[in-house]
Amino acid sequence: MSDFINNFWSSYVAVASLLSILGCVLLLWLTARKRVASDSDNTTGHVWDEDLRESNNPLPMWWVGMFVLTIVFGIGYLAVFPGLGSFKGTFDWSSRGEYEQDVAKATQALEPVYARYTPMSIEEAARDPQARAIGERLFMNSCAQCHGSDARGSKGFPNLTDADWLHGGTPDKIVESITHGRTGVMPPAAAMVGSPDDVKNVANYVLSLSGEPHDSLRAGLGKSKFTACAACHGIGGVGNAAMGAPRLNDRIWLHGYGEAAIVQIINEGKHSTMPAQDGRLTEAQIKLLASYVWGMSNPPAATP
Amino acid sequence: MRRKTVIPIVSAPPAAAPEVGLYEATKKIYPRSVQGLFARWRWAMVFLTQLVFYGMPWVEWGERQMVLFDLAARRFYIFGLVLYPQDLIYLSGLLVVSALALFLFTAVAGRLWCGYACPQTVYTEMFLWVEQRIEGNRSARIRLDAGALSVEKLGKKALKHSVWIAIALWTGFTFVGYFTPVRELGSALLQLQMGSWEVFWVFFYGFATYGNAGFMREQVCKYMCPYARFQSAMFDRDTLIVSYDPQRGEPRAPRRKTVDPRSAGLGDCIDCSLCVQVCPTGIDIREGLQYECIGCGLCVDACDSVMDKMGYAPRLIRYDTQNGMEAGWSRRQLWRRVLRPRVLVYTALLALLVAGLLASLVARTPLKVDVVRDRASLARIVEGGRLENVYRLQIMNATERTQHYRIAARGIEGLSVSPDEAIEVEPAQARWVAVRLQVPYGAAPAGSHTVHFDIREADGAAQVSEKAVFLVPR
Repeated sequence: MSDFINNFWSSYVAVASLLSILGCVLLLWLTARKRVASDSDNTTGHVWDEDLRESNNPLPMWWVGMFVLTIVFGIGYLAVFPGLGSFKGTFDWSSRGEYEQDVAKATQALEPVYARYTPMSIEEAARDPQARAIGERLFMNSCAQCHGSDARGSKGFPNLTDADWLHGGTPDKIVESITHGRTGVMPPAAAMVGSPDDVKNVANYVLSLSGEPHDSLRAGLGKSKFTACAACHGIGGVGNAAMGAPRLNDRIWLHGYGEAAIVQIINEGKHSTMPAQDGRLTEAQIKLLASYVWGMSNPPAATP
Repeated sequence: MRRKTVIPIVSAPPAAAPEVGLYEATKKIYPRSVQGLFARWRWAMVFLTQLVFYGMPWVEWGERQMVLFDLAARRFYIFGLVLYPQDLIYLSGLLVVSALALFLFTAVAGRLWCGYACPQTVYTEMFLWVEQRIEGNRSARIRLDAGALSVEKLGKKALKHSVWIAIALWTGFTFVGYFTPVRELGSALLQLQMGSWEVFWVFFYGFATYGNAGFMREQVCKYMCPYARFQSAMFDRDTLIVSYDPQRGEPRAPRRKTVDPRSAGLGDCIDCSLCVQVCPTGIDIREGLQYECIGCGLCVDACDSVMDKMGYAPRLIRYDTQNGMEAGWSRRQLWRRVLRPRVLVYTALLALLVAGLLASLVARTPLKVDVVRDRASLARIVEGGRLENVYRLQIMNATERTQHYRIAARGIEGLSVSPDEAIEVEPAQARWVAVRLQVPYGAAPAGSHTVHFDIREADGAAQVSEKAVFLVPR
C-alpha cells in the first residue's frame, strides 16, 4: 500500500528533498569560494544607505565540516530509512515493524516474570499479592473499559465481583471467556410471546420471579407465555450458563431494571459481544487476569 | 618665459586590500597563565562548583542518596524532599529564579556567570591547568605544537590526553550518578555490569566534557552560546565591565622603565600585549567591549602585574562602568550607581520569588491525590437502591514512611464511601485505588454534582481535598 494517492506526489517529495540537499551543497560551495576584500577594520567594503558597512565575521572551518557531515548524514539517512517519497529504504524499516519487534522483545523480557506463576493454579495465584497486582494492571488495560475499574460493570456490562456468572464462574470458564470472548444473543421474542399485552404480562412474571415489585395479576397471566423464554432461561428463569442465558430469578439486572426495560428487551432482543483476547494477550497474561477476576468474586474467607 | 609645467599630484593607487574568505581556519589560542586577584577568584569558583558537583552524589541522607533524580521510578529526592513529576512547578520556579539571578548579576557586573561559574569556563580552566603542568607555559606549548613530531612530544600529548580523558570520564560517571545511585553505579562499574544506557551517558557526557573543555573551548562561547548574543540586552551604561582606560593608556608604546611617560607624550599602556596573551577567548580588550569577552578579569590581573613592574598605578584595565570611565568616578560613586531602578527591581523580584519558592516548599503537603472518574460507567444503581459512581484515586505518598490514608467524601446528603478502610501506601510510592461513592436514590436531582474527596493521613496532619463530579442519571 502506498502512502501517496499517486506516484506524482511520491516523486514530488523525493525530488524536492534531493533538490534541497543539492541546494545546501551548492550554497556551501559558492560561499566557500567567495572572497571578500578585507579592510583594516574588517569590513567587506560593501557600503549602503550612506554609512552602513558590512563586517566580515568569518565562520570557523569546523562549522563547514559540521555542515558537510550533516549533508552526508542526510543522504545516508534517506538511503537507509524511508523518507524519499514511497521509497522504503534499504533497511526496510517501518514504525509498525519496530513496534512489533518491541512487543516481541517486551514479551520475551516478561517471560521470567510470568514463569513464577506457571506452576500455580488459578486459585493459588488469586491469593498471591504480586500476581494480583499484575492481574489488576492487566485488568485496567484490557477490561476496565467495559467492566469498570472496580470490575463492577455497569448497564450492559456484567459485574465480575458477584457470584452470578452468565457463562460459568469456574477458573476454567473464566479463562475460556477471556481467551475466546463471548457472544450473547437474545432474539426479539415479542412474536413468540404474543400481543404487546402478553409481552407486558411476561415482563411482570419475570419481575415476580425474583420478588421485585410487580403486578401479580399480569404476572399470573404471563406465566404460561414464559414457556417461549424457558427454552433458554429455563423453567422459573433459572438461567443456563451453557448458553449464556442469564438467570432471571435473582435481583441482578444486567440490561436495566423494571418493567419498561424488560419489555424493551423482549421486543428488540439483545446482542452483546465480549471480544476475544486471544492473540492480544499471552496465555500467561490471561491466566493472571482470570485469577484476578476469580479472586474478586471468591474473596478469601474472612479469618475470625 | 617658459610655461610652468604643472605636475599633477596623483594619489598612489591604494594597496589592494587583502582578500579573505567567508570561513576561516580556527586559530588555536594559547592562554598564558596569570596570577592575581581575579585568577584566584576563578580558582575558588572552580573548587566550589566542582566540590559540589563531584561530591554531592556521594553524600547520603538517611538510607538513600541525598540528591537523586530517579528517572526510572519518576521520583526526585533532594535533601528531605521527595518530589513527583507533578511537582514540576518547583523546577519552573527554580528556572525562573536562576534566570532572574542571571539578569541581576549581569546588570550589576556583566558576565560574572561566564567568567567564573559556567561549566564551559570551569572545565576549560581545569583542562588548561593539566595542559600547563604537562606541556609547559604558553611559549613552551606554542613551540611544542610547532615542532616536529618527537618521542617527547608524543609522550607529552599522550599523557595530557589520558589525564583529560580520565577527568572527562569521571565527570560523566558523576553525572550519571545523579540519576542512578552512584554507589550502585560504582560497584556495577567494578564488576563491569553497567546498564547500556548508563554506559552511553557516561561516555556521552565524558566525550562532551573532553571535546568542549579540551578542544572547543572559546569556540563554544563565540559560536554556540546564545547567552553571549543577548547579554547586551542586560547591559547599560552603569554595568561593570572589564574595560581598558584609553584616556590613561593611549598613546600606547613600549618604553624603558626609566622614561617618564608624561614627558615622552605617552600613555600608561606599554603595549606588552600580555592582556591579549592571557585572554581565554583571544581578544584584545583595548579595542573596547566585545561580545567575545567573557568577563573573567584575567587581563586585569595581567595588566596590574605589568603596571606594578613599571611602577605605575594599577587598574589601567579594570572593572568599571561606561559612565564611570567617562566621568572618572571613584569607587564610591560607582557603588552609588549600582543601586539603580533596574537593579532594585531585579533584586526585589528575585527576593520575592525565592521567598515564595521556599515558603511553598516548606508548606508543601507530602501527599498528592489525582481523581479520575471511571471511564466506562457513568452511574449505576446497586442493591439497596443506591446510586453509585466509581472513581480511581491515585494516592501519592511523598514521605519516606509507610502511610495509611483515610478517604472521606462530602458534597451530597447521605454520601458514603466504599471501601472505607484505610489505604496503605509504601514510602515514596503511589497507588491507584478504585473508590465507589454512593448516595440514596433520589438524594440529588439528575445532573452532575460537585463532590469533594478528603484524603488524610491516618496518623498525621497531611490532608488533601480534591474536587470530583458525581453524576446522577435521569
